[in-house]
Amino acid sequence: MLFYIFAALAIVSGAYMVLTRNLLYAGFSLLITLLSVAGIYVLLFADFIAVTQLMVYVGGVLVLILFGIMLSCRVHDKSVLSENVNTVWGALVAGLIVVGLSYSILKANISSLPWLQPTEITVLGDQKSTVQTIGIKLMTDFVLPFEIASLLLLIALMGAAYIATDRQKV
Amino acid sequence: MLAFVLTLVLLLSIVIVLAYAERKVAAFMQDRMGPTEAGPHGSLQAVLDVLKLLQKEDIVPAAADKKLFKLAPILIFAAVFAGFAVIPFTPDLVPAGIGIGVFYLLAIISLDVVGLLMAGWGSNNKYAMLGAMRSVAQIVSYEIPAGLAILAAVMVCQSLDFQEISYQQGALINQFPGLEHEINWLFGIEALGINTTTIGGITTWNIFRAPILMVAFVIYFIASLAESNRAPFDIPEAESELVAGFHVEYSGFRFAMLFLAEYSMMVLVSLVAVILFLGSWNTPLPNIGPFSLAYWTTGTVGELSSILWGGFWLLSKTFVLLFLQLQIRWTYPRLRVDQLMHLCWKVLTPIALGVVLIAGIWRLLMI
Repeated sequence: MLFYIFAALAIVSGAYMVLTRNLLYAGFSLLITLLSVAGIYVLLFADFIAVTQLMVYVGGVLVLILFGIMLSCRVHDKSVLSENVNTVWGALVAGLIVVGLSYSILKANISSLPWLQPTEITVLGDQKSTVQTIGIKLMTDFVLPFEIASLLLLIALMGAAYIATDRQKV
Repeated sequence: MLAFVLTLVLLLSIVIVLAYAERKVAAFMQDRMGPTEAGPHGSLQAVLDVLKLLQKEDIVPAAADKKLFKLAPILIFAAVFAGFAVIPFTPDLVPAGIGIGVFYLLAIISLDVVGLLMAGWGSNNKYAMLGAMRSVAQIVSYEIPAGLAILAAVMVCQSLDFQEISYQQGALINQFPGLEHEINWLFGIEALGINTTTIGGITTWNIFRAPILMVAFVIYFIASLAESNRAPFDIPEAESELVAGFHVEYSGFRFAMLFLAEYSMMVLVSLVAVILFLGSWNTPLPNIGPFSLAYWTTGTVGELSSILWGGFWLLSKTFVLLFLQLQIRWTYPRLRVDQLMHLCWKVLTPIALGVVLIAGIWRLLMI
């Protein structure tokens, strides 16, 4: 039941975000989409992912997007509206993705997948959250992707600092 | 549902006391009398203020973006109030004891920022917009030193669960499931060989378990002042420049909501500081020889005595911090924007990074 509420919210707000012409409303409906996706994560026992989603996307990315929209919204005294471009190609790509996804989902025969067979209610077992497992996995099995991601973020940080520097003094 | 109502009632009463205290403390600091007319020593003043606010007309400016304008106060208060869900009030009373409470709290507070932007934009007012921009920039920046200071405490405690962190800081440590064999050492250094597990009291508070957290606490407290937009970091609502900041267009009930959210934020950050650094609901009195003061002033877990004692200690520590916030507001002048950013990025953040490193090393001494 809760899942359907969150799913419906996510779809409705996502559709609104795409269809509205007001950029700012699109930003705020993205907030609802992200929140409902976080809710779905919680229902899937992925509490850490859900909170990380809130932290990174709502607290970071969304605020940045809204800031960008607000600072650049009233150019030449008229508000910026989103426009439809590349209608044909967009529709084509979206349609292909829908067809591909539905084909693979229908083919997958999900109910017979092996990891869905043991119908245990207590997914987490004795643990209170998934944090311990995620932490151990990140430092053992997935340490290389983890370190590469951190390096990438460091490079992005330095790049941002470089772009923002006042270069007139040089 | 019961937890929701109880927390709301508790929060409302704390905020009313705080609003009264703010005026009295301000008056005391400036050698005035403060409110004296309503009730004994003016103690009904805050209640009457709320009643007055609720009766006022709810004005929505004609040029405002009405949907966003109306939604913003609800979103701001909901975000702050959602943070209270993971706060443990007593040894066995916590609205939602989830395992990643600390992380959840940091994330849910960032929702507040979106609400502020909504209010600033929806008002369609230059002052409101500027106030919201400043406020968001300030909150986002100061989340970093605050988050690092919290991370230092989490590293020492090895837990993201507020209730587990609370149990660790007192004589009841071995009663928490999973911590049966934990031992607290004086200053967290096992080599000293002084076992404080059963002594409890102030010796097992986080700032004494790992004295480096004293620095983390100071950093967190400064950053939390900025996060709740309190002086000396109140440039978002600098009265002399911006009229009132992002809530300049609000009136009546919606203004009351924003006001409530702001004071709730103060209470929330103080509660978090108390829980992470100052021993949560644990008593400050240690067991000394035959005088088991810690056990006497803690009560038995699961009975009324522990609820009363736990609530008493938690709230009294919180009020001390809140008083400090008020005192700082009426003592220090407001910072300029560049000074504010300088303090955050060039002073607090490097120190906080160093504290995180030392806290990691300290944890190795504790086991």
